[in-house]
Amino acid sequence: MSATSVLHTPVPLEQARSAATNEPALMRWLLIALALIFLTLFLFIPLASVFYEALKKGGDVYLKALQEPDALSAIQLTLITAAIAVPANLVFGVAAAWAIAKFEFRGKSVLITLIDLPFAVSPVISGLIYVLLFGAQGWFGPWLQAHDIKIIFAVPGIVLATVFVTFPFVARELIPLMQAQGAEEEEAAVALGASGWQTLWRVTLPNVKWGLVYGVILCNARAMGEFGAVSVVSGHIRGMTNTMPLHVEILYNEYNFAAAFAVASILALLALVTLAAKSFVEWRFGHDQQTSIEEHAA
Amino acid sequence: MSLSPLFRLLGAALVSALLSASASADTTLLNVSYDVTREFYKDFNQAFIKHWKEKAGETLIVNQSHGGSSKQARAVVDGLEADVLTMNQANDVDILAERGKLIPADWAKRLPNNSAPYTSTTVFLVRKGNPKGIKDWDDLVKPGVSVVIPNPKTSGNGRYSYLAAWGYVLKKGGNEAKAREFVTKLFGNVPVFDGGGRAATTTFAQRNIGDALLTFENEVQLIQKEFSAEQIEVVYPSLSILAEAPVTVVDKVVDKRGTRKQAQAYLEYLYSDEGQELAAKHHYRPRNDKVLKRYAATFKPIQLFTVDELFGGWQKAQKVHFDDGGIYDQIFTKK
Repeated sequence: MSATSVLHTPVPLEQARSAATNEPALMRWLLIALALIFLTLFLFIPLASVFYEALKKGGDVYLKALQEPDALSAIQLTLITAAIAVPANLVFGVAAAWAIAKFEFRGKSVLITLIDLPFAVSPVISGLIYVLLFGAQGWFGPWLQAHDIKIIFAVPGIVLATVFVTFPFVARELIPLMQAQGAEEEEAAVALGASGWQTLWRVTLPNVKWGLVYGVILCNARAMGEFGAVSVVSGHIRGMTNTMPLHVEILYNEYNFAAAFAVASILALLALVTLAAKSFVEWRFGHDQQTSIEEHAA
Repeated sequence: MSLSPLFRLLGAALVSALLSASASADTTLLNVSYDVTREFYKDFNQAFIKHWKEKAGETLIVNQSHGGSSKQARAVVDGLEADVLTMNQANDVDILAERGKLIPADWAKRLPNNSAPYTSTTVFLVRKGNPKGIKDWDDLVKPGVSVVIPNPKTSGNGRYSYLAAWGYVLKKGGNEAKAREFVTKLFGNVPVFDGGGRAATTTFAQRNIGDALLTFENEVQLIQKEFSAEQIEVVYPSLSILAEAPVTVVDKVVDKRGTRKQAQAYLEYLYSDEGQELAAKHHYRPRNDKVLKRYAATFKPIQLFTVDELFGGWQKAQKVHFDDGGIYDQIFTKK
């Protein structure tokens, strides 16, 4: 009897853990090498080649391409667009996430589906929606033309299209977080006499701040990099309605490679900065959560 | 209520963006064009602005929009306020008359030379030293020769190449059946179909696929400038197609904006000695004989036929050859 009970003794934890990674060394190296090769091929080499091509003809050509008025205006337009789209979606995202996570109401699932819509449709379709609405042949086109208001093929159309495609980022980031946190703290605040705004500012937002920043960063990255939707509504007027991704395309099509890659390198740099910000936030986010768990435990 | 200033700020930003976009000054022109015309129009706009200042005493700003040609035409139909449209194929101008009623149907008759102030033609690019000995159209259909042509369904460049091959056979005394056989063979030698001229160039020059690339004469210079000229050389066939680059004033827009006078003068200036000279400098064949002679070294004499002459105009050519179920589709389903 005693012998069988010994057999049934569970394997110590340490041993179990090592068993899971107890592949032959060759296998482990092979898998690591595969992952590295994949990363190099699809990430590092393309990224490096952008900078290589941009600087191939020398620093002078590179700087000149970036100082060109059309390039500057494309950079400016991209920043303006992000500066409008990101705050707009920040406000919307917080409002939507708050409503969905903290309250029960009819049509909630419809609202969630609607928020996901921009992820589901192709960006080109998103752009076409605005052409169908505001284009000269579209629903509101004749009225807009009669009142001399330009939406598409002008800055407002670019902003609208960008807002649409970046719509879900903040809300999608916040909803699971807020749902996990539950509504108890808010209920307590209200019970103690806090107003709605006080509850939002003092309880809800501090609890989700890193998730919020994370959502904003993702939203910003997409707003600056969006191509498809913006391409449809832009009209490609140089110096007026060309964003950076569109400017890169047109330069490339004109056989102006050095300039195309120079502008692309700025976009890549913006992406790298975003990535660094994202990693920082993730680190802080994790750190904060860790300390809050410890505080709770204490 | 602490959020309301933010809303107000956003509202103000949107409104100011709206206003700045719609408050266009009276003296701007927008020239909507296709991909590769930028360098030319950059120079031409400067020249015209100077000319107009001297002639009318008015300071103009000319804005440019570039993109894929059919996409650009479509944008104008959808409300992109182009004062003038400068394309490389009459089809893309016709759409303005058909879909948007923006210009009259007989727009091509309003300016000399079918409203096409400059032209180009389809030529061959081959590898240095021409290892496959490609001299003329007949060499392209030989077995073992691979030819890069962009897809005629989606690219004007491809359509011109296709019609050039077809017309070559007709011009040599062949009939339609012979032409069809020839074009079938030619397209049998195409290893990849790229969507546009630009992508086809990458296939040929960067990915090193194919023995010959069919493209416009004016793009050859751009290609040679970007890719090393030592690797690629040009071959002029005995016969090719005249690619007319049509231009038009967009009537509905200029009447609304009150820019007809300026837009009209802009296009007419393309026909002036200076306009023609600039076109030639940027590798477009000028209509003016004097200028053409001066650039004889750039533009090798080549026998050219037009789409109107052999195919009854672009609308008919499009319908017979490239529309769904047209001859191009038939050739392909048989393959």
